[in-house]
Amino acid sequence: MIEQENNTYQLNFGPQHPAAHGVLRLILELDGELVERADPHIGFLHRGTEKLIEYKTYTQAIPYFDRLDYVSPMNQEHAFALAVEKLLGLDVPLRGQYIRVMFCELTRIMNHILNITTFALDVGAMTPLLWGFEDREILMGFYERVSGSRMHANYFRPGGVHQDLPPGLLEDIQTFTTNYTKSIDDLERLLTDNRIFKQRTVNIGVVTKEQALDWGFTGPMLRASNVAWDLRRSQPYDVYDQMEFNVPVGKHGDCYDRYLVRIYEMRESLKIIQQCLNQMPGGPVMTLNKKVAPPKRSNMKTGMEDMIHHFKLYTEGYHVPAGETYTAVEAPKGEFGVYLIADGSNKPYRCKIRAPGFAFLQGLDFMAKGHMLADIPAIIGSMDIVFGEIDR
Amino acid sequence: MTPLTQQSIIDRISTLSFENIEITTLLGELSVTVSVDKILPLLSFLRDDHTLMFKQLIDICAVDYLGRSPRYDIVYHLLSLQFNCRIRLKVAVDESDATPSAIHIFSTANWFEREIFDLYGLVFMGHPNLHRILTDYNFQGHPLRKDFPLSGYVEPLYDPIQKKVVYNPVVLPQEFRDFDFLSPWEGMTPQRPVLPGDEKANVTIAPKVTGTL
Repeated sequence: MIEQENNTYQLNFGPQHPAAHGVLRLILELDGELVERADPHIGFLHRGTEKLIEYKTYTQAIPYFDRLDYVSPMNQEHAFALAVEKLLGLDVPLRGQYIRVMFCELTRIMNHILNITTFALDVGAMTPLLWGFEDREILMGFYERVSGSRMHANYFRPGGVHQDLPPGLLEDIQTFTTNYTKSIDDLERLLTDNRIFKQRTVNIGVVTKEQALDWGFTGPMLRASNVAWDLRRSQPYDVYDQMEFNVPVGKHGDCYDRYLVRIYEMRESLKIIQQCLNQMPGGPVMTLNKKVAPPKRSNMKTGMEDMIHHFKLYTEGYHVPAGETYTAVEAPKGEFGVYLIADGSNKPYRCKIRAPGFAFLQGLDFMAKGHMLADIPAIIGSMDIVFGEIDR
Repeated sequence: MTPLTQQSIIDRISTLSFENIEITTLLGELSVTVSVDKILPLLSFLRDDHTLMFKQLIDICAVDYLGRSPRYDIVYHLLSLQFNCRIRLKVAVDESDATPSAIHIFSTANWFEREIFDLYGLVFMGHPNLHRILTDYNFQGHPLRKDFPLSGYVEPLYDPIQKKVVYNPVVLPQEFRDFDFLSPWEGMTPQRPVLPGDEKANVTIAPKVTGTL
């Protein structure tokens, strides 16, 4: 702590602090316990994802998206897959679209469990974390069964998804969907009317509608400030236009409303998953365009053409016609966009990743101003930031 | 919510009668290229015009077109929640140009402009805090430029003798592998008019001396 001339203290918060949700270094200027200025230092997890993608083929670029926001991997793959499909002019089979939407919503629940429970932990409630992670484990089990990996799935590909669902998975997702409502109720019973939780979150970090727009907030951060905006509804992609769901909005834009919006989003996600399960069509999960979709392994053993395609797709990759697109999806945290410029070769010329958390974190300064030091973890927790996507 | 067609946005922007403005629609996305001195008036017009209401600046990024003059593009993405549409603005700049900072129009421009300064070395005029944001403290160079090598120049490591983190030049135990898988037939694109291997055609190979006396 450094005492300055104008009687304020400088406090170094992080980069290794359990309430910083990653490697955030905050320089806080304190007047007593009141925060006068918060200066976030980011970049401790900068890996140069955008640069690396410029040197990889389109197929090789997908795993990098898992590693951005590592608690909601599939939504980000979705953005990239949609961008490439748009440039290629590719159609995705209906079953592939349904699987993608279903897994996006499972991912949303996975993300919100992590956010809500760790947020509660930051303000002093331990039980939600222990309860919530049991369900999160089940969801990661679903990830593993479709993709072979619990987190870094690499499952969504331009043109569909990599493999069809294994037998029995839909039934297990159905069981989960039926049971999970009770878990949300349990979670709500622990937190929603909890006196301590409300004391720590109500009227903390208030963001008005104008501020939320001005600072580029999206997702639950924007909806908690009473803006009914959801890309799944207003600019639907895949089969979201056939899904029925509500867009919850908050009223006050404080930490508590953001928590409530996430809780209700989980309930809406369950509805969408249920609709996907009911309507799940048959057919292929990947486009039949052989110049984009890799051949089946079984065919490769006998078919010469399949083997050639396999070799070409996994060495050279496919060529994407020159053009540019900005494609955004409603990731659990907010608008996740990919600005992709193709030059006609097999590698992206430029791939800018627009992460929602980047915009949230720069708003920390105005949100924290005038609050107590102890409110900082509550505000950070309610922003739902993950450094993988902020630092890229 | 009345639907806003792209044509009505184009009509609305043309009322500004800017010179050197270029409006294109590609893949259903509206893209407007303006000169660098017109970007701030255009941004505030798009934000404040009641028939457009582009209230959100979603993203600012730069693109390096090495070999082109001016070399860089700065790209703004705006979103109108009211009318549910997006627009892309582009400004072509060089390293020596100072783009005016959009921070007074959209507060969110702050970090996005810092990021461009950090990764591309482009300067924004009037930015209150133009420091590096993503790269390491005391980092040299601008990593997203096309002429910056992928592996960089230095790597940090902990020196147990000096008991601190030191920066050493990057040493690759094996050469950086950048395989060229482009086949001669598919590899020829307008951006790349030379076939792989063409460069070898005019190289004179010194006669190989075999055996010694």
